[in-house]
Amino acid sequence: MMNYPYLIPLFPLMAFAANILFGKKLGKKSALVSIAASTASAALSISAFVNFLRGSVASVSFAWLNVNGAPVMFGILVDQLSLMMLLVVSVIGTLIQVYSTGYMSDDKRFSRFFAYMSLFMFSMLSLVLSNNFMMIYIFWELVGVCSYFLISFWFEKDSAANAGKKAFITTRIGDVGLFIGLAMIFWLSGSPYFSDLPAIAQNPDRVLLTAAAILIFCGAVGKSAQFPLHVWLPDAMEGPTPVSALIHAATMVAAGVYLVARCYPLFAACPAALVVVAYIGIVTAFMAGTIALVVNDIKRILAYSTISQLGYMIAALGCGGYTAGTFHLMTHAFFKALLFLGAGSVIHGVHTQDIRQMGGIFSKMKITAATFIIASLAIAGVPPLAGFWSKDEILVSMFASGNYVIFGLAYLTSIFTAFYMFRLCFIVFFGRPRKADLHAHESPAVMTVPLMVLAFFSIFIGLVGSPLMHNWFGHFVTFGEGHHGGAPAGLIMGASVAAGVIGIAIAFALYILKWQLVPQAVRIRFTWLHTLLINKYYMDEIYLSAIIRPIALLSKYSFRFDKNLIDGVVNWTGLFSLFLSEVKNSFDKHVVDGLVNGAAKLVDLCSGHARRLQTGLIQNYMLFIIAGLVIILFVNLIR
Amino acid sequence: MISITHVMLFSALIFAIGLYGALTRRNAIGILMSIELILNAANINLVAMARLWGDKSGILFAVFVIGTAAAATIVGLAILIAVYRNAKTVYADRINLLRW
Repeated sequence: MMNYPYLIPLFPLMAFAANILFGKKLGKKSALVSIAASTASAALSISAFVNFLRGSVASVSFAWLNVNGAPVMFGILVDQLSLMMLLVVSVIGTLIQVYSTGYMSDDKRFSRFFAYMSLFMFSMLSLVLSNNFMMIYIFWELVGVCSYFLISFWFEKDSAANAGKKAFITTRIGDVGLFIGLAMIFWLSGSPYFSDLPAIAQNPDRVLLTAAAILIFCGAVGKSAQFPLHVWLPDAMEGPTPVSALIHAATMVAAGVYLVARCYPLFAACPAALVVVAYIGIVTAFMAGTIALVVNDIKRILAYSTISQLGYMIAALGCGGYTAGTFHLMTHAFFKALLFLGAGSVIHGVHTQDIRQMGGIFSKMKITAATFIIASLAIAGVPPLAGFWSKDEILVSMFASGNYVIFGLAYLTSIFTAFYMFRLCFIVFFGRPRKADLHAHESPAVMTVPLMVLAFFSIFIGLVGSPLMHNWFGHFVTFGEGHHGGAPAGLIMGASVAAGVIGIAIAFALYILKWQLVPQAVRIRFTWLHTLLINKYYMDEIYLSAIIRPIALLSKYSFRFDKNLIDGVVNWTGLFSLFLSEVKNSFDKHVVDGLVNGAAKLVDLCSGHARRLQTGLIQNYMLFIIAGLVIILFVNLIR
Repeated sequence: MISITHVMLFSALIFAIGLYGALTRRNAIGILMSIELILNAANINLVAMARLWGDKSGILFAVFVIGTAAAATIVGLAILIAVYRNAKTVYADRINLLRW
């Protein structure tokens, strides 16, 4: 079987080039180009995976640049983690692009959309394959740029353009930390390769090492939308729904988790950094989970759910659950992509995003509804669907780490997860339409087939990490943490199922049976909590008044400084040179021109008098002749 | 008795009158007439000298002078008529079309 993993990212790159250069000519065919490219990538990923299982590792590297005499190799790294990501990205990417041909069919920038999608696929696959920090940083930024392009894809809308800017700038803040962290690692060890990380982690300077780890984590915080840089992801829902599914649910936002997993030897050597990672993750998971309870925009619910689940993964990594975190990354990619695509199908059918206007569309959109509910069951952690196995792993690893606060919050969050997903399902798919002219209709096959494929994965992908397959995934992607002997795995599994069921039951009681679970008086007393949640803990407002407004003010003053002082100096210099030129001009005019004109005037003066002699009157000439004659005669006579 | 001196004085007087006229007249016809006077002053001298020396060639010369003078005057008058048709004047100082 072929084994050319370095070709995997090149197909989407070629598709990008073809679509961006000849997009107008290709028209609808550009979708085929992109899909063919990512299918080829997926096929190559699978072949690389099969080859890896057989024990042959193909890696390529070439000298890229020299730093202090040591060549930095631009190479690819094929290991368990990158293979898992390759499969996830290429398979989900291909499915989502197929779906996009239906979803974006009426868009006037159809081919550009696919060009960007291919560029994203190229960047993401390269990021996953990178074997050193510099390369991963380059592709890290490239996926950020693609995210920016695709969030503000409908840039005619102000909100989309602003969301794109917000996403880009917010993630940049984290990226600055990442860059400093990478520079520190490079400075400490002189080696940018991931393969040297275990050696780097032996560095005796623990403080610097911990600082570097936390700074690298900053990049993950920005990219994976963790607290406090999570604010961009909900706004990123302004982009087309397939973009939200591919970039802002399944792949790019998982890049932060991937980065932490990739640098895990470093984090494992710095317990303090791991604690930071764990707490940031769980705070994010809990906070986003609570916000998702009250949001009414279908895509925003999913966005907060994504943030919450990413927080879950990060927290799992922070608690030492390397396998659990990466496993959840994989399962989450499938069911969250499915949820987003399902939401896109719903939006495509009813032309609104507000769940308060939907309702009772199960019968009209059977495939969409069924697959959406499967994904919701998966994310809620109902066995034997994918989410159950990975979430259970996470809870076990958290419990095993002995950090019961984190475990408690994670457990609470999983109840919230089940509740808000089924709140969404019950409101959207059951009951009566809440808007009179809600003409829901099922989406075309090109959109529903990817949904069914993803639903298949959402059901069965979890089995690879389950005891039913002898925890195969745990042996494949592992950091040698061994089996959690101390944790009561069976008890936690039961509790995890209970969490899901409780959440679904509450949602069922509230939204189907319409029970008033909480007395009116209590609800009134806790209105402030609802207000707090609906305003997203006022994070946007805090940023607005604490950062954006002061910066805007600073910019305003800098502008005034520029305008008055800098421009003043510039203008004064201009005026001074104007004055100098004036002086020089008058010198030219009066002295230089004066000399020239003076010479001419002198000639004119002299010749002016002589000219008078030539009167043009013949009689005058005759007079002169006679006078001359007379003079000659006189002279002769006198002699 | 009219001596050669008288004749020459007479011719000198006519020459002077002709010269004065040629230099001062504004009318081109006057100038032509004055030139005629100058020529005739010369003719008087020629004839007088011919008589004095008894040489007939002086008279012959005078006849030639009269002939050429008549021809020259005719040409001059013809030019004047042509000029008058264009410039509507015969004053020599008014005919300044080609002046600088």
